Parts: sequence; structure tokens; C-alpha cells
Amino acid sequence: MSKTNPADRLYSKDHEWVKDNGDGTAVVGITDYAQEMLTDIVFVELPPIGKKVAQGEPVAVVESVKSVSDVYAPVSGEVIKVNGELETAPDLINSDAFGEGWIATLKLADTDELKSLLSASDYDTLIKEEKH
Amino acid sequence: MDYCPHTKDDIAQMQAAIGVKSIEELFADIPQKFRFRKMPDIPSGLSEQETIALMSAIAARNQMPRLTLTGAGAYVHFIPSVVSHLVGRSEFYTAYTPYQAEISQGILQAIYEYQTMIAHLTGTEIANASMYDGASAMAEAAVLSAKMSNRSKIVAARSVHPQYRQVLKTYCWANGYTVTEVPCATSGQLDLAGLHSALDESVAAVIVQSPNFFGCLEDITPIADAAHAKGALLISGFTDGTSLGILKPAGACGADFVVGEGQSFGNPINYGGPYLGIFAAREKFLRRIPGRLAGATVDKNGKRGFVLTLQTREQHIRREKATSNICSNEALCALAACIYLAALGPNLKTLAALNINKTQYLKSRLLQIPGWEEVFSAPIYNEFTICCTDARVVNEKLQAEGIIGAYDLQKDYPELKNTLLFCATEMLSKNDIDHVIEIIK
Amino acid sequence: MELIFEISKPGRSAANLSASDVPVVDVDHIIDRKYLRDDLDLPEVAEIDLVRHYTNLSRRNFGLDLGFYPLGSCTMKYNPKINENVAAMPGFTGLHPDAPDAFAKGNLELMYDMQKLLSGIFGMADFTLQPAAGAHGELTGVMMIKKYFEKKGQKRHLILIPDAAHGTNPASGALCGFETVTLRSNTEGGVDLGHLELLMTEDVAALMLTNPNTLGLFERNIEKVAQIIHSRGGLLYGDGANANAFLGKTRPGDLGFDVIQLNLHKTFSTPHGGGGPGSGPVGVSAGLVDYLPVPRIVKSDSGYGWSEQFPDTIGRVRAFYGNFNVIVKAYAYIRSLGAEGLARVTEMAVLNANYIKEKLKPYFDLPYDRICMHECVFSGHRQVEQNGVHTSDMAKRLIDFGYHPPTIYFPLIVHEAIMIEPTETESKETLDAFCEAMISIAREAEVNPQRVKDAPLSTPVSRLDEVLAARKPDVCWKR
Repeated sequence: MSKTNPADRLYSKDHEWVKDNGDGTAVVGITDYAQEMLTDIVFVELPPIGKKVAQGEPVAVVESVKSVSDVYAPVSGEVIKVNGELETAPDLINSDAFGEGWIATLKLADTDELKSLLSASDYDTLIKEEKH
Repeated sequence: MDYCPHTKDDIAQMQAAIGVKSIEELFADIPQKFRFRKMPDIPSGLSEQETIALMSAIAARNQMPRLTLTGAGAYVHFIPSVVSHLVGRSEFYTAYTPYQAEISQGILQAIYEYQTMIAHLTGTEIANASMYDGASAMAEAAVLSAKMSNRSKIVAARSVHPQYRQVLKTYCWANGYTVTEVPCATSGQLDLAGLHSALDESVAAVIVQSPNFFGCLEDITPIADAAHAKGALLISGFTDGTSLGILKPAGACGADFVVGEGQSFGNPINYGGPYLGIFAAREKFLRRIPGRLAGATVDKNGKRGFVLTLQTREQHIRREKATSNICSNEALCALAACIYLAALGPNLKTLAALNINKTQYLKSRLLQIPGWEEVFSAPIYNEFTICCTDARVVNEKLQAEGIIGAYDLQKDYPELKNTLLFCATEMLSKNDIDHVIEIIK
Repeated sequence: MELIFEISKPGRSAANLSASDVPVVDVDHIIDRKYLRDDLDLPEVAEIDLVRHYTNLSRRNFGLDLGFYPLGSCTMKYNPKINENVAAMPGFTGLHPDAPDAFAKGNLELMYDMQKLLSGIFGMADFTLQPAAGAHGELTGVMMIKKYFEKKGQKRHLILIPDAAHGTNPASGALCGFETVTLRSNTEGGVDLGHLELLMTEDVAALMLTNPNTLGLFERNIEKVAQIIHSRGGLLYGDGANANAFLGKTRPGDLGFDVIQLNLHKTFSTPHGGGGPGSGPVGVSAGLVDYLPVPRIVKSDSGYGWSEQFPDTIGRVRAFYGNFNVIVKAYAYIRSLGAEGLARVTEMAVLNANYIKEKLKPYFDLPYDRICMHECVFSGHRQVEQNGVHTSDMAKRLIDFGYHPPTIYFPLIVHEAIMIEPTETESKETLDAFCEAMISIAREAEVNPQRVKDAPLSTPVSRLDEVLAARKPDVCWKR
């Protein structure tokens, strides 16, 4: 059973979440639904600090035993912080995708982009449809 | 020969179960115009006896040499008797790649042992389960270096094996990288000034070989320092693994990748293949290196076992994002190497010393012949470069006596006329060497 | 079982080296200290312990000589012992590759004849025997395609690859600087012709096609596919991994393929060796012969010899000539079977695969219910839906019945894929017993799913923790 998708953030259709800090920065991660599909995560390739990404471009890579998946930036920005804990404990994404499994913090390039993302309830609908 | 067990009855029953009246119906999807009944120009089959007679006759058309004085990337070494017996266990040689770990613990553990010994011998922390051969291992290390750094220039010493440099050029051309060569100094070692002038921030990797193609040992540390100062990686290669029994490995001198040919470890000379590509690296490259890796883990009862690990680097998962497309490797050759190394143990150093003794003896006797001069001054292992008055005549005399002579360097290095590359392994006896001298002088 | 390092004891030795019969050199006098190593930590074991160690390891390994190995796409056919014996002849194992051509007459003749035989079997103009494995051959083939367009002055940067393709295909394309574009399969499992028409532009260098494809299905529209590619100046590359399906029935060259790579360790019976060595010869049509790797064997009045005088070659993909000893085994196989024998291989391989398909289709979902070729692909979908039993569980349970599992989770376009390739060397009894095992596992998945999920139950180790191995990699033993 997936955890509830928190209402305090927005979602992309590629199963990333973004939480606006309100100060021009936002935290990015993948959803609980995504980690369930990937199964046990064994490695996370974090982006270098300073990397600039456009919305929809790969910002990180997540590996399970049997697959490799790109994490796409839900918004454009510059990487200002990464979750170093994931280097030794990639399973944090499995156990707490919305909390301790956060991946990176971006300095937002264009806050308008947030408008193109899904609300928690819209994302709920999306996953329900995908499961069928 | 026919290995199909099917009787007429079997075929009839199976056809009935499938619902076809003839075998031909099973090939209905192949358009008629492209079907044919017999392959043109393929001879008819043979019985077991006839096959053996045919193959024996072909083998007999080869001339087996009394001795071989060439190394140059492939070496005649003694193979302990145990190797063929153990590698000949059909549980090993008829097995597939160990993707189903629970029934492949044998080969997986052996590969883990092999990886461990290779990492130690090369002075690095990790080694993969094998590549095709030394040349392609070197080329793949170059491609990986370029991909990781986003730089597109490779600098290679001209004293790297000519065929290895050809393979490097082919792989680099395919990927859009360029190769610049640096000559050697009069000592026979890499010209450091030349290296410095070739190095800049567009160089992904520097490639050297030690002992190099001329037999000379390279001083790796200053080369590593020069490369690293410009943000480039150092790839160091070798062609005779037995040298690692006595020589300091490049991994202990700053090399990032150590690649080479493992044929000397228990694999027959086999007219060029199958050989064994050795690929070893610093720990930090673990998740980027090509090839398979056997890793230790536990089962659900906590018992130690082995699996192919970090498969996400490989082609079957990463597909077009993989840094290599390698799938099948040289597993059985690696198993032979593992058994060889376990059989010799620390006596690998004694073996290497034997190689040195034989080589020094051959060299000193050749230098006694008027007109013969050593070309380079750098220290050597079991190969050396020497010039004489007429290299062609020397080899002709040797061949007439059923001996494969030395490697004529002029074809790869036009400036080295009448210059030969000799190799003496533990397989040459004193009598053999004395005999060679008698023929040559 | 202990590692060789764990049974090592200082002072033990399995080496029996000769003493030096030439003057012993003091190494320190001729080689400076800085070039010498100061540690050599290798195992010290007596010969009997060495032999026991690796013999016992072999007994923890499942080889084809032990049991059925229905791995789809791998063609695990019987490895004839005669081939092992002939390849071990000193005449074949003992020659240095730089031996003068006059010493290597037999070897040169064998390789030249092999090239000719393969050309005849597959309908190509010539072959190279240089690549060491199928993937290596693919890379070589794609390099030749790249060279072809370079010589024509055309900048084509795309390669089309079907969604069912083996991972080496896109990897090989990428390694030659090509961008891969995925081509959809149609509902029958063949190439979606409409999609192909759309994708095939003058930016596309080639289509890499496996025929029959990874679903074991022959491309019915192959003539149209080839025509579409060639009409826009592209080349058709064939992944010949599935050659066991068409020997003596048709030839890739006749179907319009310009380049194909083979796997001698699949179709031509050479042993897999636990992962290699294999051999991946590449055949080309007349228009690509100039680009073959060097050196190539040339025939003259004085006999056969190696030559590098081919200015348009792509160069070299490895040192020396190829996995020669593997080629010897495959050559003996081809000569011993002959034309009729090779055709019979394909007939019995396809018969066996269709037989299994019919027997298992009531119990497992069959995504493409049509005549298959040398392999068939099922889906474990039904069992997942029923009780959450996955293909991987059923594969592990098969081990308890004494079988190596089939290929699983490939091709990617089939959910919970199970790919079964029996090959021609298996008897009806073996196939029947295998099907019985599969059927009883399907039943177990229904009535006692946990048993399947706990499998394997009978192996020296139970299911191994691959997650741990990937999270905390340990690829080198430390004291």
C-alpha cells in the first residue's frame, strides 16, 4: 500500500515531487509510488552542486538491482544542495520517499513552472489510472 | 555427426501434438522465394572417425616449432598439469553465464577469487571478471575515461604494442576521439618532455605499457603525476602477466586503470585466441567499469554466497547508456588464470626470476656476436630490443632450423632497421639458447 | 565453502618449478628497487588441496552436461566432445600468432575455409573471424556501417532498434556515436511497418533486426522491411544470435541483410565456459567487404597469408586474429554435421520449441499464439495476478526440479517474460519431463504459492541477497 501523497507539495507525471520552500528554493524527490515500482534501491547518483537543469531533464539517477531510472527535474533550477545520506543509505528513498529520502534542493529558475505540476489529488488520480 | 535424439516415432508424436503434418509447415512464415532445401557449397557431413582424420590432417599442415623466440603480446609459458583437468570439468565449461546464482556458486566463487588476485597483482582495488583481450581492455579503458571526463583526446606512448594502438585508434574513431602518440626517449622509456607537451586539459587519459613493447620498464610514478596534474587519468597496460610476480604494479605507482593480457596465466598460446583481457581499477570507478563483477553476499540464512553484482552498469539494463556493450567475456580463460595463480602462489616471483635469468643469458650471448648491439638502456623483464647486421637473415636461419625467430621491429617502427625483439621465458633451456647462438653466429 | 585464500597456509606450494640452468642474476643489480614489488600475496596450497578446492567448486555449478538448460536466446545445445578433443591437438594450441605464415598453413587454411563456409551458410560475401563474442561482433558490424557512410560522405546519425531487442544492440549503436530510435512491434510480434515507414529517413544509417526476433517469431514482412530500409539508402543489420532457427531453410544474405554477426558459442555448439570465451564472426554483403577488420587472409600461388593491405578497413577490434581455438571447435562441428546435419539442427530445434509451446499454453499466458521458431515466449502474468507469484519465483523453483531456468524478464516487451529455447539436442522425454515440472509449478503457484516464493529449496545456498551485493559491493576479498 503506497503512503498517502502529502498535500504540501506538487507532483510531476514522472513521479517526482517538489516542495516549495517559499524562498525561491524547492526540494525534489521521487514519490512513494515510484520507489515501490523500483523496488529496493541500491544506489543514487546525485548531481553535482551548481548543476543547472531544465524542467524535464535528468537531474539524478536511481538504481535498483535490476533497473536504472532517471529522475527528471520537475522544475528548472540550479542544484544548491544534495542529500548526502543517500550515498550510504540509498534505502532511505524506499523507507521515507517523502521525507528523509529527499534527493536535492534547487534554486528555482522560473516559479511559474510550478503551475504546470499536479496537486496531490491530481497525482492520486494519475496513479489510480496507471494501475489500470 | 548427428546429435538430435529424435526417432521417427518421436517426430510423428510431436507433430501430432503441435497439429502439423510435416516439419515444413513449421517454416510457413519464411516467404517461399527465400526458402531452399540444401545449402549450396557446404560439404556433406562426416563420421566421428572421418572428422578426426580431417582435423588431424589440417593440424599436421602446421609446422610445430622447436622453439619460439617471439613474445610481442603472446607468450609461451609452462602450464601446470592441474589447469587443464580443472578447467576441463564439464560443470564449468558447459555452464552458461552465472545469472542464476544459486546453481552457479562454483564459477562465481572462482571469479571472485580471480578478481581478488588480479586486484592484488595489479596494485588496485577492483578487477572485473575479464574482457576479450589486453588490446580491447585498453581501448575500453580509454573510451570510459573519455566518457567520464567529457574530454576527447587520448595520449598514448608509441612504445605501446602496435596492435593495441591500432585497436585503440579504431575504438576512438568510432566514438569521435583522437589519439596522439608520444615517442620514447633513447633509454627506451617514455619521453617525459614529449608527454608534457602533449598534455593539456582536453586529454582524458594517458596510456603506457610496462614492460613496453620494446621490453623496457617504464617509470610509472612521474607519468601518473604528469597526467593527473592536467586532470587526465593514467591507463597502464602489460602484455605478460608473469612480470607482475616481480615488478611493482602500475596500480601502486598512481595508475587509475591497469589493463593487460592474461594469456600468460595458464592459457595456451592458441594462435592468438581465446585470450584474457585484464581490467583493474581504483575503487572509485567501481560503478562505471565495464564487464561482469562477482560480488560476495549472503543468502536468507546468512550463509556466504556470490552473485553477479552491479549489473546495472551492463548493456542488458543500461542499454544505450552503457559505457560498454560487453556481454560474453573470457570466463573459462579467467578460471584457468585463477587456477594457475593459485597453483604458483608466491612462486610466481620465482617464475619471473627464471624468465629474467634466461633473458639475461640470451642477451649476453647475443651481444657477444660481432655487430650485435643493445638498442635501449632501460631495465627489462623477459623481452629486449637488439640490433644486428641483417635481421632478415637471422630469422631465415632460425626458421630453416624450425625455430620461430624474433619479432622484426621494422614493420611497426620503420626507423628501427635490422632491429629485433627477443623473448626468453622459462621454456627456453640453456641448451636451447646455446643452440640458437650457434645457428645465428 | 571456503575461499582459496582461507585454506592457504604459509609454506605450502603447488608449484614445481625447474631450477635455473643459466647463471642466476641478482635482480637488484639489473633492476632498480623502485621497479620491484615488495609484496606478493597469493595463495599457498598443496596440489591436492588446490585440486579438491576447484573440483568441489565445479560440483556447485550447473553445466549443460548435468541437465536441461532451456535458456532462450542462448542456444544451449550439447557441446560435442569430439570438438574439445580436436581443438586440444597441439598443432592447434601450440603456435604463436606471429609465427611465419609458412608455419601456420593448417590454421590459415582452416580460418579461410571457415570464412567461406559461413558465407555459404548465411549468404554473405565474406566474413571476419576477429571479434571475440557476439557483442564484439555487433560493435564491429556497426563500425563498418559507420565507415560505409563516412566513405559515402553521408552524415547519418540514427540507428533504429526494435523494442524487443537485446541490450547489446543499443549499446553497440551508442558506442559508435549513433543515437538509437526505438521501433515499435506490431500486435503479431513483428516490426510495425507503419512506424518503420515513419522513422526511416535519410538520417537513419541502419535498422538492427534480430530475425527471428527475441519472441522467437520470424519477421513475415522481411522483404518489405528490407525494401523500406534500402530504398532510403540505409543498411540492414542482422543480429544472428537466433541463427539456430533458419540453418538450411533460408539465408540472411538472401533476405536482404547487409551485415550479420554470429555467435559460435550458440549456433555452432562451442561451450559457453561459464561466460566465455565465445566468438562473434561478422558477415557482410559485397558493398561492405572493404571495411572488414585487418589483417585478412589472402590466397596467392604460394598459399595463404595475412595481409593488412586494405586501405578502407575499420582497423582492428582486438590483437591477433580472433578466438582461434573456439573457431576450431565450430569448424569441426560444421564439417562433421555437413549441410544435411545443419538443416536437421534447425528442423528439430523448431519442432522442439513448438512442442513445448503446445504443451504449456494451457497453463501459462502465451502473448503470441502462432507457430514459433526455435524459442517460445510465455508470460508469468497469470500467476502474478493469482497469488503474486512472479516469473523469478517460478524460475527458482524449477531449480529444485533439476533444471536450469529459462531466460526470464527478456524481452522487455513481454510482462514477466519466460523465454524457452530447448535446442535440437534434447529428446522428447526431456521435454516431457520439463513440461511436467513447469505444469506442477503452475499448480503450486495456484494452491501453495509460498512454496514457490521460497524457492530454491534444494541448493547449497538459498536465495541470495542481490540488494546487499549492490548496496555494499564486495568484489575483492580482504584479509
